[in-house]
Amino acid sequence: MTKLTDLTIAQALEGLAAKEFSAVELTEAHIAAMDKARSLNAFITETPDLAREQAKASDARRAAGEAKDLDGIPLGMKDLYCTKGVRTTAASKILENFVPPYESTVSQKLADAGSVMLGKTTLDEFAMGSSGGTSAFGPAISPWSGPNPAEAERKLIPGGSSSGSSTAVSARLAMGATGTDTGGSIRQPASITGIVGMKPTYGRCSRWGIIAFASSLDQAGPMARSVSDTALMLRVMAGFDRKDSTSVDISVPNYMDALTKSVKGLKVGIPREYRLDGMNKDTEKLWDQSAAMLRDAGAEVVDISLPHTKYALPVYYIIAPAEASSNLARYDGVRFGLRETGETLDAMYEATRSEGFGKEVQRRILIGTYVLSAGYYDAYYRKAQRVRRLIRNDFLEAFRSCDVILAPATPGTAFAFGEKTGDPVQMYLEDVFTVTLNLAGLPGLCLPVGLSQEGLPIGMQLIGRAFDESTLFTAASALERAAAFSHKPPFTA
Amino acid sequence: MAYIQGTSGEWEMVIGLEVHAQVISNAKLFSGASTTFGAAPNAQVSFVDAAFPGMLPVINETCVEQAVRTGLGLKAQINKVSVFDRKNYFYADLPAGYQISQYTQPIVGKGEILLDLADGTTRTVGITRLHLEQDAGKSLHDQSPNETYVDLNRSGVALMEIVSEPDMRSGEEAGAYLKKLRAILRYLGTCDGNMEEGSMRCDVNLSMRRKGDDTFGTRCEIKNVNSIRFVQQAIDYEAHRQVEVLESGGVIVQETRLWDTGKGITRSMRSKEDAHDYRYFPDPDLLPLVLDDAMIERVKNTLPELPDEKKARFIQDYGLKPYDASVLVAEKTSAAFFEAVAKGRDGKLAANWVTVELFGALNKLGKTIDESPLSADALGGLIDLITDETISGRIAKDVFEEMVATGKAAKDIVEEKGLKQITDTSAIEKTIDDILAANADKVAEYKGGKEKLFGFFVGQAMKATGGKANPGMVNQLLKKKLS
Repeated sequence: MTKLTDLTIAQALEGLAAKEFSAVELTEAHIAAMDKARSLNAFITETPDLAREQAKASDARRAAGEAKDLDGIPLGMKDLYCTKGVRTTAASKILENFVPPYESTVSQKLADAGSVMLGKTTLDEFAMGSSGGTSAFGPAISPWSGPNPAEAERKLIPGGSSSGSSTAVSARLAMGATGTDTGGSIRQPASITGIVGMKPTYGRCSRWGIIAFASSLDQAGPMARSVSDTALMLRVMAGFDRKDSTSVDISVPNYMDALTKSVKGLKVGIPREYRLDGMNKDTEKLWDQSAAMLRDAGAEVVDISLPHTKYALPVYYIIAPAEASSNLARYDGVRFGLRETGETLDAMYEATRSEGFGKEVQRRILIGTYVLSAGYYDAYYRKAQRVRRLIRNDFLEAFRSCDVILAPATPGTAFAFGEKTGDPVQMYLEDVFTVTLNLAGLPGLCLPVGLSQEGLPIGMQLIGRAFDESTLFTAASALERAAAFSHKPPFTA
Repeated sequence: MAYIQGTSGEWEMVIGLEVHAQVISNAKLFSGASTTFGAAPNAQVSFVDAAFPGMLPVINETCVEQAVRTGLGLKAQINKVSVFDRKNYFYADLPAGYQISQYTQPIVGKGEILLDLADGTTRTVGITRLHLEQDAGKSLHDQSPNETYVDLNRSGVALMEIVSEPDMRSGEEAGAYLKKLRAILRYLGTCDGNMEEGSMRCDVNLSMRRKGDDTFGTRCEIKNVNSIRFVQQAIDYEAHRQVEVLESGGVIVQETRLWDTGKGITRSMRSKEDAHDYRYFPDPDLLPLVLDDAMIERVKNTLPELPDEKKARFIQDYGLKPYDASVLVAEKTSAAFFEAVAKGRDGKLAANWVTVELFGALNKLGKTIDESPLSADALGGLIDLITDETISGRIAKDVFEEMVATGKAAKDIVEEKGLKQITDTSAIEKTIDDILAANADKVAEYKGGKEKLFGFFVGQAMKATGGKANPGMVNQLLKKKLS
């Protein structure tokens, strides 16, 4: 029999329904895995007691015939989601001891669906980073390593910012996990660790109770080991929330129906601007192969153009820091979180924020403050908003001739800590294929399609029309079947 | 228009006012927390108001309707699309580190207010805009020697910032503007206008220019003026200060000044250079505010009669003088009281009794019209006794005083004290005959041409009847007897 921790969510739900194992057993298996994999640092806060309690309650529900959609499924929760009574840090020292008296809408929905929370997963501080390396509680380590024995010791990044979630899911510490995606924080780590990451349309999931990075870009989404698992999770996580003015009041379809649909006649767009000079050859090859697989499955592959792609990264690195500089003003030491002392109010602010925020967060606050300043606003922020509109228009135009867009999720594969992490611009380039969607508010799904020559996973990204996650799931499911990615990382617990 | 006489000529004030009016609503602008005044510190704070991580603002529709209602009351343009912006600055009582306000696209655009001046004339002052914004909390510096306490009850409460054009030319006009604005807000039920409790606050923008000049000078902004009287005092002080600076060859520095109530002066708070860079940008947590026509129409259809309309009606229907009418409509409750008194009675007489006697008495007692010891019915009863000649106007004043003191009905007082007017011709004739007989010498003098003595005879007759004789009849009979 397959190890319980190797099951997908869909398989586990079947097993639970068939009484092959209990939610408690499933949860215990994952808690044991977490114990063994502690060196990966996937969690900032583990909640085994809570998990056991929830698993027990789940078994009781199932026995009473009242099992919910995700009943008994052990999940990791990105430590950006406020969880009532459970410390929530955003991987920042400034919130080191913050215990929210409320539960985020999305984590509440997951709890209401019967899922079990294993703990709070590591991330880049305030979700700012693409390696997981900016966490104030140490980075999560990828379970993947190169085939070269000399490289086996080299610690690889699990991507970021949802680094603990990608680590936990790929290392079989959790069946699925939540992520948030502001510029690629679900898709990039999913791509790098060989799992599936889904960033829904902006407004699909409530942001209420999720610590804000950049409000107009942030979106919650699922990470799991199969397309259908992310569909199962998204079905629970999505939905209108009166408490989030930017959440959209349209019904959530049953995504499971989309998984088995044929891609016959589906138009798959290949954006020529995503073919960069010096692109990883393996990535390029797998991109072409993925297109071919979809064509073989009956889809029509068409060339498209997204002419403003090259501006996406600079636009993103104006808008996201601008919003962040304002969103993070509330961490001032006055009402909660860290407070350093100071002779004056200003001195207290300075001491608290210098001590509480890491370098990358401080850097982005400075950039954001600068681009919003009098005299610079028009040149930076206003112009960036205009270009953002052009980028959105690019997609609207492209979707006149295609139904989904296929592109790589990242320019390369996982790299080692210290390789790029010291150079912020190198790090920012990691987001080049992912930020465009956030700027346009569109849904994107990343799934693994193969390994590089070094044996590291490569993911492909499918981009859909706003609120058309169903078509994404249809295309992703077809590609998943064709690619049949079954590699496991060298390290699994 | 009041000019200031300087040593080098006359100067004119240019005044614009920014009023922060707290919206009447049960809940705050972006959270469900209560807005009641006077609760224990931090008793009315939601996690949104305290800017806890992950909390999001949701617009309170009631506050939006109140802003629309106010805009319509100010005959202003209602902007169907407006945008909430973040005004960023750090302060301990500003939990999020930004205030949600409206910067480039306010909910209400240009409108106007008609001022009623003491000489009975009116003057129009333009409204530039009205926008919705959140209030900040309150820093308490006097609770501990080395710590500041913060009360967030006010944090997030909805304010309307109402900005006027620089159309006012004197402290009196500024006062009239505030009174009129407050009256309109109270009529509309959108702000209680209570400046002492801070639910209506005013910042003054003032610059000076030479009489006849039509350009604007450099202005100063005076903050923290929390009564209409102080606004006028602050304007008066600041105008003279600026004239002094200008006439001694100096220049006015654009700055924010603080009104010091104790000393009666304005003093510099911060200069333009020290001004915050607020880094305004559209709040990404909120979508643009889009108003639908049906809502605007519904609010329009439920607007009450406003002071200007009521004033016109009082002039038209009751024949009141414009000034009396404007005094009566200044408070909705006064106007209602007057109308209750005037109903079925002589409007002018009713207006006179309300504005002179009743307001005078209330003033003396330090009471508002709501706390009047006299009901409109009671005052009406007194007026009825005058109209049907049961008592004279003179006696009525005594009865009124008695009513105020005892709360008794006019009729009962007249009855008890026997103040009923004597209208019996024979009784008055008898009294007059007695007086003329007792003062034969004066009668002779009168007949000899000393006509002033007529008043003496009237006085004697009134005295003899304890003021109860009908004055008209006394006059008439005396004339007959003395001719």
